Amino acid sequence: MTAQTQDIINLSIKGQVEVGESLTTLALRRLRRDKLTIVALIVVATLVMLSVCAPLIERYVLHVDYTRTDISKAFLPMFADGHILGTDDLGRDHLARLLYAGQISLGIAFTAAILSLVIGISLGIITGYYGGVLDDVIMWFISTLNSIPSFFLLLIVSAAIITNPDLNNTFLKGPFALVAFLGLLGWTGTTRLVRGETLSLREREFIISARAVGASPIRVMFIHIMPNLLSIVVITLALDIGSLILVESALSFLGLGVQAPLASWGNMLTNSQSFFNKGVHLVIVPGLMIVVTVLCLYVIGDGVRDAVDPMTVDK
Amino acid sequence: MFKYTLRRLIQAIPTLIGISMFAYLLMGLSPGGPVKALTFDPKMRPEQRERLALQLGVNDPIPVQYLRWLLGDTWMRWDSDGDGVSDGSFLIPIDANNDGVPEPPGTRQGVLRGDWGRSIFEKRPVADIIRERVPATLELGISSLLLGLFLGVPIGVLAAVRRGGWFDSITRITAVLFNAVPVFWLGLILILVFGSWLRLLPMGSRCPSTLTGGCPPITQRLEYLILPTFVLATGGIAVYSRYMRASMLDVIGQDYIRTAKAKGLSGRQVWFTHGARNALIPVATFLGPSVAGLLGGAPITETIFSWPGLGRVGVSSVLQKDYNVVMAVVILGAVATIIGYLISDILYALIDPRIRFS
Repeated sequence: MTAQTQDIINLSIKGQVEVGESLTTLALRRLRRDKLTIVALIVVATLVMLSVCAPLIERYVLHVDYTRTDISKAFLPMFADGHILGTDDLGRDHLARLLYAGQISLGIAFTAAILSLVIGISLGIITGYYGGVLDDVIMWFISTLNSIPSFFLLLIVSAAIITNPDLNNTFLKGPFALVAFLGLLGWTGTTRLVRGETLSLREREFIISARAVGASPIRVMFIHIMPNLLSIVVITLALDIGSLILVESALSFLGLGVQAPLASWGNMLTNSQSFFNKGVHLVIVPGLMIVVTVLCLYVIGDGVRDAVDPMTVDK
Repeated sequence: MFKYTLRRLIQAIPTLIGISMFAYLLMGLSPGGPVKALTFDPKMRPEQRERLALQLGVNDPIPVQYLRWLLGDTWMRWDSDGDGVSDGSFLIPIDANNDGVPEPPGTRQGVLRGDWGRSIFEKRPVADIIRERVPATLELGISSLLLGLFLGVPIGVLAAVRRGGWFDSITRITAVLFNAVPVFWLGLILILVFGSWLRLLPMGSRCPSTLTGGCPPITQRLEYLILPTFVLATGGIAVYSRYMRASMLDVIGQDYIRTAKAKGLSGRQVWFTHGARNALIPVATFLGPSVAGLLGGAPITETIFSWPGLGRVGVSSVLQKDYNVVMAVVILGAVATIIGYLISDILYALIDPRIRFS
């Protein structure tokens, strides 16, 4: 019996929870009632759908080609000449580019978050479960990595690989490299969190009994411990994707992330200081996309945290 | 406590060495070093280029370059002036060109002896560059830290006092919003509104440009400080107000608050004298890392506002592959981080006697 079930039983004795509901059912029911989280989920889902369908929308709804440049049509205002959000400095349709940029920004953040989550969870469970020298070494590595000013670490890696003019490797310069190194540098927080949780789970009765009946360490770690980390995983995923979108946009803004002609919400803002007088929407809209997405992801993370927390009392 | 501090400081040594090796390796392994960046000039002859490479020592294996950075070159045999002749070292004097006079050894002292090397692009000691940039970075960092504290703490207290009210809701939403807004975009928008549209505030830089390059005292150029300080403080305002609120709510439940109320003290006295003072304890421990974080500079904010600080010089040096400057900024930031965490741990134990050093 986990402490969480115990908590629910305690609450049910007090008459605050209906008896006979699993933690998952309870969490889902709470989530359904949390209107703010639902709205945030819908917004994120819509943005993902729009980005995924960018080629279709571009062709059948907007009737434009987002790669075609036309200097004579640069800096068109909103709704001019069939361009709903106007055009950018090279005369490309801004809305279509925004949708394609969403593919890149969301795609990078989602995959990098999953990568760092996989690394973080595996290392966290292993160090928490085994402890000893392995734990010491990995914890030292994490504290070393965390002592480097994090944005400089990203800058150095990015300047060495992605924007290096002497490196002729299209794979290493593409968005996949960005995913790889954001993921490879971002797992430390998750590892710490999972390690702490594993340390406490390790001493629980159900783990001891699993070991007593002869379950292998792998089985104990990944069949018995891991399901108990599900709520942490969901929350971390939502928050990680949000902060990764911020990091990627900052890097791309400085010209060290996603490289033109590929668009991301961050690199669409590069040099936008020079657009102040010509097209203000070029400065405002990509930033708003980032803010809305990240805000919704943080709200989702918070909502899930409240929903799975057995101490939350239903109104 | 002395023993604990000493042990933590000793533990920091391998961490710092690890960081410097990691950063050096990352930069050194990438193709196209500083020579390539320096020799964009098509008029430069190949032998000049070769000589430059020898002088900078970029043809040597990375571990040798790292050792030279760490320990200097007075003790090792290599060609420090790029004339194709190996110099001596103070350990082994050699006479490579047989003129009867042993070659002079190199002059680099290495980081361990306080020599940060020279900037490849600015052609002057890195230490000078850092020394020039530190005041600007501290100016911006301290002002934003103060703004974060002076706004964040009272907001947190009020939100806790009026828990569930409209003020609590608004500040909670603002805090999440501050966390979700990309710093660079917030900077851009503020420059757009206050600099470009309203023309109330300057659009960047630390002071109006002067012939001497210096800046007048801070009181005469406060308008330059407003926007970057606010942008850099948003994170702090969000964090401090949320933590202060949580910590205040913890304190409110304590017996001595009820006692204070029962004594008949006014609401303000209970909240601020009895409550907020104790609620500040956990927030105070954040100060260590925050103060330390100042020394790393704020790369994005400084870049947006053309603020001549460490963060901005770090960004431009990374792009120019000016290794020595990058290493100095990274190591400075790392040392500050380590000391910051140490201070916050010590502070925590000093404030709360229930915590023991172990």
